This record gives sequence, structure tokens and C-alpha cells, in this order.
Amino acid sequence: MREKKKPVPIALLAVLVLLLPAEATAHIVKGEAIGFVSGLEHPISGLDHIIAMVAVGLWGAQLGAPAIWLLPVTFPLIMACGGFLGLIGVPLPGSEIAIALSGVCLGAAVLSEFRPPLWIAAVLVGMFGLFHGYAHGAELPPGQNALLYSMGFVLATGLLHVTGITIGLVHRWHCGRLFLRGMGAAIMCGGIYFLRAALA
Amino acid sequence: MSRPTQRGLVYTAIAMATLAPTSAQAHLTATGMGPFYDGISHFSLSPEDFLPVIALGFLAGLRGTRTARALLAILPLIWFVAGLLTMQGLVVPNVVLSSATALLFLVIGGLLAANAKAPLVLIAAVGATLAIVRGIADLTGIAESSTSLLTLMGMCASVFTIFALAASATLSLERLWLIVAARVCGSWVAAVGLLLAGWILRYGAAIG
Repeated sequence: MREKKKPVPIALLAVLVLLLPAEATAHIVKGEAIGFVSGLEHPISGLDHIIAMVAVGLWGAQLGAPAIWLLPVTFPLIMACGGFLGLIGVPLPGSEIAIALSGVCLGAAVLSEFRPPLWIAAVLVGMFGLFHGYAHGAELPPGQNALLYSMGFVLATGLLHVTGITIGLVHRWHCGRLFLRGMGAAIMCGGIYFLRAALA
Repeated sequence: MSRPTQRGLVYTAIAMATLAPTSAQAHLTATGMGPFYDGISHFSLSPEDFLPVIALGFLAGLRGTRTARALLAILPLIWFVAGLLTMQGLVVPNVVLSSATALLFLVIGGLLAANAKAPLVLIAAVGATLAIVRGIADLTGIAESSTSLLTLMGMCASVFTIFALAASATLSLERLWLIVAARVCGSWVAAVGLLLAGWILRYGAAIG
């Protein structure tokens, strides 16, 4: 009887080669890779920021057109305005409380499927975006690559919105609407937790 | 224990040769492929160059064929002239180039985000300013030893190609969500410009 070939040792050898520790120093200009990664990490470094960004997307999806596309176009710009203010050192007191409040208010809006006129929704979201951007701008570490950091920062913020909008697309189904309202409740609870911490 | 097959050994040898750890030095000024490709690689690895060119391409494409064609001619030509002048000794302080680049990000991104019905003259003026600023900055940023006319031509060829691709991608857009996606890109570019401006005000010249 012919013995069946077993490729296991070769596969094992290939895996061992793959696991050889090697440093991939492709873009080796000092600080640049750190700049992009730091920028990408910054908006997702705090849960208070994440829940608010996702809530904006969820609410936009609930509100439908034109809010669903107006918010992702305007929000990064307003947030960058806040970042600009933080960078140049303009004082904006109570930003941590406003950030926590954004979770409470946006969560409540998603929970209750609140449908205000578009301009009120835009002002509310814009105001909170300004505080979120300000907190990021004020905390910005020196010595990084500015362009790559900014690119990472904006990309991460935009992708959080896209995540929220994508999840929010389940709004077309009845159980999806219930699911979104549940998420709104969870976001609101998170906001209350952060508000308590900010006020303590 | 079974013996490895001949084919398996060959594959393993290829895998080992491919995966052998070596340093990939992407940002070397000279790629080893000659000055023309040095120019292409410099442009391709510089987001301060290709991001506004792509955004301008989207904007020109949304404004129609006439605008796109006009900028396709203007952009690489002025980029080339600005680079040529820098090679002849034109010097502009880095902080001016950085600030102008941040402002151009903001203007181009803002116009695209708003899908502004800007006239051809305005868009052409913005494009010309971008070409002047980045043409000078690119040639200032490259080591003198590797600067040559072919390097500059490589950059301008990249500008032409990337702009043409971006503009043609948006020229035929009819679906609303695709236009919105282009506008979101503009919003992101403008946001990057705004953060860059804040950074420059806080720390000084930020990019080359």
C-alpha cells in the first residue's frame, strides 16, 4: 500500500520562517510612523469619545437623508475647529463635562428617536464635536509628525462615524430599530457614568 | 516520519528567501532606480503632495470636463516651473511653505466638501498656487546631490497621472452617495489642513 504523503513538516518549517522575528523598518523617517499611529489611536483611546462618535452615526442613520450625509461631511470639520482651538491654547472650560454630556444627550436622542429640525440636530452635534476636538487638540503630544498625526486623527474619527452609520442602517427593520434604541440606552448609561466621573 | 517532497522543499526555499528579514528603506532619497523614479517615489510617499492633488482632482471632476482639462494642463506645468526655479536657487522659508500647504489643504478640502460651484478661474488659481508651493517645497526637501531635471519630471508625471485619475473618477459620478463620498474626502482633507494650521501656530514649521 502506498504511503500517503504528509506535508506537515514543510508547513511547520514555513510557519517557523514566518515567525522569525524581524523588524520591518520600511518608513524609517524618525517619528513619522509614530505620528500616524498616534493620530489613529487618539480618537479611539477613550470610551467617552468612541460612544459619542458612534452615537452621531447612529442618530444620523435614524434621521435619514439629508442628515445621514450632512453629519459625516460637517462633523470632522467642526471637530478639527475644536482641535485647532485646543492646539493654539484657547481656553474652553468644562470640556470634560461637555464630552460626558454628549454621550448622555446623543444616547438619549438615539433612544427616543428624537427628530428635531435639521439645523437643531446639526448645532447640537456640532457643539459637542467642538468639545471633543478641543480635548484632542489640547492633549496633543509634541514632537510628532504633524501631517501624519492629523491624517490618522481625522481618519479614525471619520471611520467611527462610518461605523455608527453602518450599524444604523439596521433601522429599516423593526427589530433593527429596537436594537438601535437599545444601543442608545447603553450609550446614555455610559454618558452618565462619564458625567459622574467628570463631576467628581 | 515522512520525507518532505521535492516541490515542498522548493516552496520552502522560496518562502525563506522571500521572508528573510531585510530592512526595506522606502524613504531613501535615491531609490536606486534612477532620478525619474526618485521623483515618482518622492511624490508617492509624500501625503502633503498627493492628498491635495487628489482632492483637487475630485473637485475639478465634479465641476466638469472643462475645469478638469484646464487644470490637467496647468498643474504639472506650473509644478515643473516652480521646481525649476528652486533648482536655480530660489529659497522660500520652510514655515511659509508649511503654512501655505496647510491653507491649501483647508481651501481645496473646503471647496470639495461644500461641492462649491466655483468658477474655473478660481479653481485654476488654487491649483496654480498649490503647484507653486509644492513644487518649491519638493525641490527644497530633496538632497541637492539627487536633484536633477529627471527627478522633477518624475514628480510632474506623477502629478499629471494622479490628477487625471482623480478627476476622471469623479467626472462621471451620478449617484448621490458617491458624490457624498467625494465630499466627505474633501471634509477630511480640510480637517487635516485645519489641524496642521493649529500645529504650525503652536510648534512652528511642521512639514517640508
